[in-house]
Amino acid sequence: MSGITPEIVAEHGLTPDEYDRVIAIMGHEPNLTELGIFSVMWSEHCSYKSSKFWLKKLPTEAPWVICGPGENAGVIDIGDGKACIFKMESHNHPSFIEPYQGAATGVGGILRDVFTMGARPVANMNALRFGSPDHPKTRHLVGGVVAGIGGYGNSMGIPTVGGETNFDPSYNGNILVNAMTVGVADTDKIFYSAAAGIGNPVVYVGSKTGRDGIHGATMASAEFDNDSDEKRPTVQVGDPFTEKLLLEACLELMATDAIVAIQDMGAAGLTSSSVEMSDKGGVGIEFDLDLVPVREDAMTPYEIMLSESQERMLMVLKPGCEDMAQAIFEKWELDFAVIGRVTDSNRLVLKSGGEVVCNIPISPLVAEAPEYERPWERTPPSPFLSAADALEGIDQSPADALSALMASPDLCSRRWIWEQYDHMVMGDTVQRPGGDAAVIRVHGTDRSLAITTDCTPRYCVADPVEGGRQAVAEAWRNLTATGAKPLAITDNMNFGNPERPEIMGQFAGCIEGMAEACLALDFPVVSGNVSLYNETSGTSILPTPAIGGVGLVEDVNTKMVSSGFTAADEDIVLIGETAGHLGRSLFLRQLGDRDEGQPPPVDLAAERRNGDFVRSLIGMGSVTACHDLSDGGLLVAIAEMALAGSVGAELCEPPTDIPPLAWWFGEDQARYLVATPSAEALVSAVGHTSVPVCVIGRTGGTVLTMADGNSIPLSDLGSVHENWLPHYMAAS
Amino acid sequence: MKAAVIVSPGSNCDRDIQVALRQSVGADPVMHWHGDPDLPGVDLIVVPGGFSYGDYLRAGAMAAHSPVIREVVDRANRGVPVLGICNGFQILTECGLLPGVLMRNAGLKFICRDIDLRVDAANTVFTRSYVDGQIIRIPIAHNEGNYFADEDTLNRLDGDNRIAFRYCSPRGEVTAEANPNGAALNIAGILNEKRNVLGMMPHPERLADDALGGTDGRPMFDGLVEALAAAA
Repeated sequence: MSGITPEIVAEHGLTPDEYDRVIAIMGHEPNLTELGIFSVMWSEHCSYKSSKFWLKKLPTEAPWVICGPGENAGVIDIGDGKACIFKMESHNHPSFIEPYQGAATGVGGILRDVFTMGARPVANMNALRFGSPDHPKTRHLVGGVVAGIGGYGNSMGIPTVGGETNFDPSYNGNILVNAMTVGVADTDKIFYSAAAGIGNPVVYVGSKTGRDGIHGATMASAEFDNDSDEKRPTVQVGDPFTEKLLLEACLELMATDAIVAIQDMGAAGLTSSSVEMSDKGGVGIEFDLDLVPVREDAMTPYEIMLSESQERMLMVLKPGCEDMAQAIFEKWELDFAVIGRVTDSNRLVLKSGGEVVCNIPISPLVAEAPEYERPWERTPPSPFLSAADALEGIDQSPADALSALMASPDLCSRRWIWEQYDHMVMGDTVQRPGGDAAVIRVHGTDRSLAITTDCTPRYCVADPVEGGRQAVAEAWRNLTATGAKPLAITDNMNFGNPERPEIMGQFAGCIEGMAEACLALDFPVVSGNVSLYNETSGTSILPTPAIGGVGLVEDVNTKMVSSGFTAADEDIVLIGETAGHLGRSLFLRQLGDRDEGQPPPVDLAAERRNGDFVRSLIGMGSVTACHDLSDGGLLVAIAEMALAGSVGAELCEPPTDIPPLAWWFGEDQARYLVATPSAEALVSAVGHTSVPVCVIGRTGGTVLTMADGNSIPLSDLGSVHENWLPHYMAAS
Repeated sequence: MKAAVIVSPGSNCDRDIQVALRQSVGADPVMHWHGDPDLPGVDLIVVPGGFSYGDYLRAGAMAAHSPVIREVVDRANRGVPVLGICNGFQILTECGLLPGVLMRNAGLKFICRDIDLRVDAANTVFTRSYVDGQIIRIPIAHNEGNYFADEDTLNRLDGDNRIAFRYCSPRGEVTAEANPNGAALNIAGILNEKRNVLGMMPHPERLADDALGGTDGRPMFDGLVEALAAAA
C-alpha cells in the first residue's frame, strides 16, 4: 500500500473524484511522488481546468501568427526574417506574500518563457494592481514590487519600458503583478518544446535545485485566508545574475544546431517541463534523479520534482552534441548535467538510488487532466446613468476638476515607478515610459515594436463583455497612436474563485467581449496566462483581463509620433465621437465618489475606422503628436500632451448640446487627439470615411487656457501630477 | 583606432558601447572575455556597465579580480586610455586605478533618467570635444553611484582638476538638488593622476543617436577617435 490517505489527497488540492481518476490512470494507488506530480499537473495553474473551455473561444490566428497559444510564448512574423516572441504572466499570489521576490521571480519566469524559444528579450512591461492607497499594506507592496521588478530586469540588462498601475480596494488582499516580456528572434531559429529522437540525451542546465517553491503552483490555485503570510516558504528566490548567464549560454548554444527541444522550468519545475516536452513529442522520458544538480542534501524525489527553484532549463540535445554544449555552459559557469534519455515508452520514469520511484503514463496525465465547464451566471446589467445624473452635486470648474484628476492615484505620473527601471539599456528605446505605448527599435534597423498593457477593471466589473471589448480596443488604440500597426496580444486573465458562478460569469463575459474585439480588429491572442482564486476571505478582485499588445512601426523616422505637443501654433484635433459618457468614469469616481452606471459602449467598427484613419495620418506625416483618449477623457488627454511636450494650449468653447464637464471628462471610446500644422489638410483627408473630426484648440504658451477664462499654468499642473506618488510613498 | 571592451559575466551595456564605438570609429571594437588575460594591443580599453557577478558582493568587487583586469591595470599604468562607465567605474575604483568608492544611492533606490552634467575638465583625451563649463545631458542608471572618498582625496581631485563631470542644474549650478545620488562634491566622473583613466557613472553611449532622444554623448567617442587615430 502506498499510504496515501484522503487527508494527503486533500492537501495536494485534488478532489476525491480527481483522485479516483488518478487511480484509474495508474491502475493502482500512486506513491507520494506520483501523487505530487498529478497534483501539480492538475492544479488550476498548470491545467487551466476551469478556463480551458472558455479560452478556446478566443481567436488565435492571422497570416502573421507563427505560433499561437500552447507553447512557452506566442510568435508573430514582423518581416525581414524576424519574429517577435512575447507573453504576459501573473505572479500575484507570491507577490502579495513577499513583494520583492514575488515580483522579481515573476519577471525571471516570463523572461525564460521568451528566451527558451530562441528570442533575445528586448523589453519588459508590467500591469500592476494594488489595494486602496489607504490600506496599511499598500505602500509596502508598491515599494517591494517595483523594487523587485527593477532588481531583476535591471540586472539582466533588459529595459523595462512601461506598463500600468491602478489602485482599488478590491485588491487589498490580492495584488496583481502581471509581467510581460517581448523578444526578437530570427524566424528560422525558433525553438519549440516537443521532445523527439528516441535515446537522445535530456539535459538539465542552469541553477541547482533546492527546496524552494515546492507547491508554488498549488498555492496559486487556491484562495488566501488570514494565514496566507505563512505561505512565505513557497515563494521562490530570484537570482538575475544566474539568469543573465543562462540567457547568454542558451543563445550561444542556440546559434549552433544542437538543440532538439527546450523548455524552461517554471511553475511545477522539472515535472511540468518534462511532462509537457514528452507529451508534445509523443515520447517518454526517463531520468536518473541522482544526476540532478541539487543544492541541498538528501532531497527526495518528491522534492526534486516539485521544486520551483528558478533559473533552470531542460533540453533535449542531438546525440553527440553534449561535449560542445557542456563547454558553453561551463564557460558561463553554469551547471550542466545529462540526467536522462528520451524513450519510446510514453511514460515518465524516474529512478533514484537505482530504483524506479515513479512510473506514470504521460498521455493520460495530460489528456485526462480535469476540464470543467463550471456553472456561471451572467453579470446583471448596471442601470444607465445619464450625464445629468452623474453631475448632480458636482460644481467644480473643468480646470479645478482637471487638477484634482491629474493628482489622483489612478492618473498621477508613474515616474516614481519607471525611474527605478532601467528603461534605456540595450540602446533601442525610441519611446520611453509615460506615453501611449513604449516603442523599441528592432536592433540594427529603423523598424520598431510598439508595446502596451491595458485593462479597465472598473468597466469589467460593471459589464464584463463591454470591459473585455474595451481592454482589447484600448490596447489596439494605444499602439495605433504611435503609428504602429497592431499585430497581436497576450492576455493575463486575473479573476476570483471560479467555483462561484458569478465569478465564472465575469470570466465568460470578458472572454466574449475580448473575442469580439480581437476578431473585429484583426488582433489575435497568441499567448496568455490565467490566474484564478484571487480572493481573500471571500472577497474577490475586480475582474482584470490584462491585455499586452504588440504592434509594428515600419519606420521610426517617418511613420511614428509620440504624445507630447512638439510646437506652438498648431491645431489640436479630436478624432472620434463624443457623447459625454460619465458612467464608470474616473471623473465620477474621483469627484463624485461614485462607481456607478454602465461603462462606455465600444463600437468596434468605429474603433477600426477611426484608428485606421489616425494611422494613415501618422504615416503621411500629417500630424506631429497623437494620444489616445481613455481614463479621464478629453481634458486629461490634452493636459498629458501639453505636459509631455511642455507646450500649452488654448481650448475652444465646448459644444452646447453636452454638459461641459461631460464633454471634458466623458470616457467615450474610439477617440484620439492629434496636433497638426494644418487642420484643413486633415479634414480633407477624411474624405468619404465619415470619421468625426473636430478642432478643439490650438497649441502654444505655457498655460492651459479654457474658453471660460480659467487657466492653469503647466508648471502647476505638472507639479500636482508629479507629486502624488512620491509624496505617498515617502509618507510613513 | 582599435578599442577593446571588457566583457564580464553580468556585463549588460557591452553591446551599447560596441554600437557607439562602431558609429564613431567605423570599425567594431574587440569584445574581450574577462577570463582571458591575453588582451590584444589596443588604443582604448572600455570597462562597460552592467551588474558584473550580479554585484552580489559589492558593485565591481569581484570583477576587479578577473584575470584580464591585472592586464588592464598594467596598460593603464603604461598610458593606455581606460574608460569605465557605471559598473566599469565601480570596477576601476575596486581595482585601485581610481580612488574612492561608489556607495548605495542616498535615496536607496535605483535611478534611471537623463541628467545634466557640467564638464569640469575638458583637457583630456576623453573630454576634448567638450569645453569647460559646458552642460551636457547624459542618462544615469544605477543603484550605487554615491561617490565617496576621504577629504584629502576629494581636495586632491578638486585641486588637480581631476573631477571630469559634476551633476548640475540645467543652468550649470552644482547644487544639492541637482545631485541624484548623494555623491561627494556632486562627482559624476573622475580622472586618475595621469589623466588617462576616466571613471563615470553616467552613460554617454546611451545618448549618441538622435533616434534615442539626444547626442550629447557622441562627442566623447568622436573625440577619442580624433585623439587616438594617430596612434593606430
